[in-house]
Amino acid sequence: MKIYEYQAKQFLARYGIKVQPGDVAETPDEAYRIAEQLGTEVVIKAQVHAGGRGKAGGIKLARTPEEAREKAEAILGMKIKDITVSKLLVLSAVDIESESYAGLVMDRRTKKPVFMVSPAGGIDIEQIARKTPEKILKYPVDPFFGLMPSKARELASFLYSDRQQVKRVMPILSGLYRMFIENDCSLAEINPLVVDKEGVFWAVDAKINLDDNGLSRHPEFEKLRDPEIEAPQERVARESNLSYVKLEGNIACCVNGAGLAMTTMDVIKYYGGEPANFLDIGGSSNPKKVVNALRIIKTDPNVEVILFNIFGGITRCDDVAEGLKEAILELNIGTPVVVRLTGTNEQEARKILSSMGIEVHTSMDEAVKCAVALVGKERR
Amino acid sequence: MSLPVSLPTDAIFEAKEAGIETIVCITEGIPTLDMSKLYWWLRLGSVTLIGPNSPGVISPGKSKVGILPSGIFKRGAVGVVSRSGTLTYEVVHNLTQAGFGQSTCVGIGGDQIIGTNFIDALEMFAGDDETEAVVLIGEIGGTDEQDAAEYIKSDFRKPVVAFIAGQTAPPGKRMGHAGAIISGSEGTAIEKIEALKSAGVPVAPVPSRIPELLKKTVENH
Repeated sequence: MKIYEYQAKQFLARYGIKVQPGDVAETPDEAYRIAEQLGTEVVIKAQVHAGGRGKAGGIKLARTPEEAREKAEAILGMKIKDITVSKLLVLSAVDIESESYAGLVMDRRTKKPVFMVSPAGGIDIEQIARKTPEKILKYPVDPFFGLMPSKARELASFLYSDRQQVKRVMPILSGLYRMFIENDCSLAEINPLVVDKEGVFWAVDAKINLDDNGLSRHPEFEKLRDPEIEAPQERVARESNLSYVKLEGNIACCVNGAGLAMTTMDVIKYYGGEPANFLDIGGSSNPKKVVNALRIIKTDPNVEVILFNIFGGITRCDDVAEGLKEAILELNIGTPVVVRLTGTNEQEARKILSSMGIEVHTSMDEAVKCAVALVGKERR
Repeated sequence: MSLPVSLPTDAIFEAKEAGIETIVCITEGIPTLDMSKLYWWLRLGSVTLIGPNSPGVISPGKSKVGILPSGIFKRGAVGVVSRSGTLTYEVVHNLTQAGFGQSTCVGIGGDQIIGTNFIDALEMFAGDDETEAVVLIGEIGGTDEQDAAEYIKSDFRKPVVAFIAGQTAPPGKRMGHAGAIISGSEGTAIEKIEALKSAGVPVAPVPSRIPELLKKTVENH
């Protein structure tokens, strides 16, 4: 789960990492009031889950509260990578002496949290890694010992040669590590980590992604979720324990298992069709899940055909067929439905569906070809 | 083990402490940080963990641990290793229908950090006399398939055929499995397919084409 910069900074502040004073504004007047209270030059920053905010004009400096109001007006409502800006962070500006990078990511290859630091702050770390990899120090942290002081010193010394600065940045690195671990993060970045003219360190920008698998032990994080950035169907799916991702095509698919669901999309494309979604109903045998799945599919106006691809194991084919029957009657589904069923209780399922006049395929390829052929034909 | 999400970390811990040497974890959704610790702690104790988020392991005609539907399997000489559950059934179903039986099929799991990866499974297949060829089923996310391709190129002598799910998956979206996500430019199906092909591993465009590809690869090996 992604959280906004202003939320990420609240996390960092709890671990003793300094962030600029400021607040969130949703209107130009709020931006004015925050700037007035701060009484300093302010930075106004669009709060969106996208990189390249500065380039897109989503970050602006304002000298007076009036100017803050003007700049806020310009940024609010602007689109950055297709996302409309509805929240701003208004902060006291910092006099930048130097910028560096400090980040942690849960790394699949080393299976450890990997610390990355670079004296080349302020730019995208992937770009630094490509262009000047010698400017990054990576260190896979032992998950049992954590970030030992000797290693924190080594990382700090890669960033600064001045002993005072090394000493000052060490607690920031250990704070970042503790924050990462205690909150089950999958990514935590301070970029740039700024030293001002007085030698004080500030986390001027921050990005945190929370591990979806870790959310179960932090129920309080649910309130950090922004309902506006999730497609409404994706929210309904998450709440009914289905995995759904909307795509641009017209063949909806409803599949048990994530790997088979992705493959179904690939096979649709292979035979010349376009998938409308990814949808995994999971491994349970609950007809209600099928009804919920169809409820979500029904909200997508692009859908011309609905394809079911079920390989029964712990999922029983007859349960899926029951759900399908229930959904067609209850939701009044008029879209053609193509069904492929194989595995546990296949015969029972076949009986249920043939009583409704639905033809059942046993091969995925045949079912997909049939669905592709139905696209563009008149609706029932 | 198949348990509510709040329990498997403790259950895996308990199993290892009780001297269990091979653990199959069906449950998905273990916090990644717990998995990081479990991974290294189990390795120290030489304990094999399959999963989490695995459908299990089967050697048809001999034994099974997990939730794989036994009926679709047939004893034979093809080893199958996969990050998925039902997709494995799909592939095995195609293999069995085409006359290819299986020596052992292992679902290594769809989470970000898993106990047994492709290379571990390939090493076991390399040392298994009953396995003559391998079908590797990968998906988007991470670099395990690319690492497996490197290993196959340098060290693996048996014929391998592959399939990669998620060729049409959009970047940045998690496709059901916790591990199935293209992050930045890393983890795409294309890069995995290219890595495997450059290691001499043919990659089927759809699962139904795996048996013919396997037949050709075994004949030319």
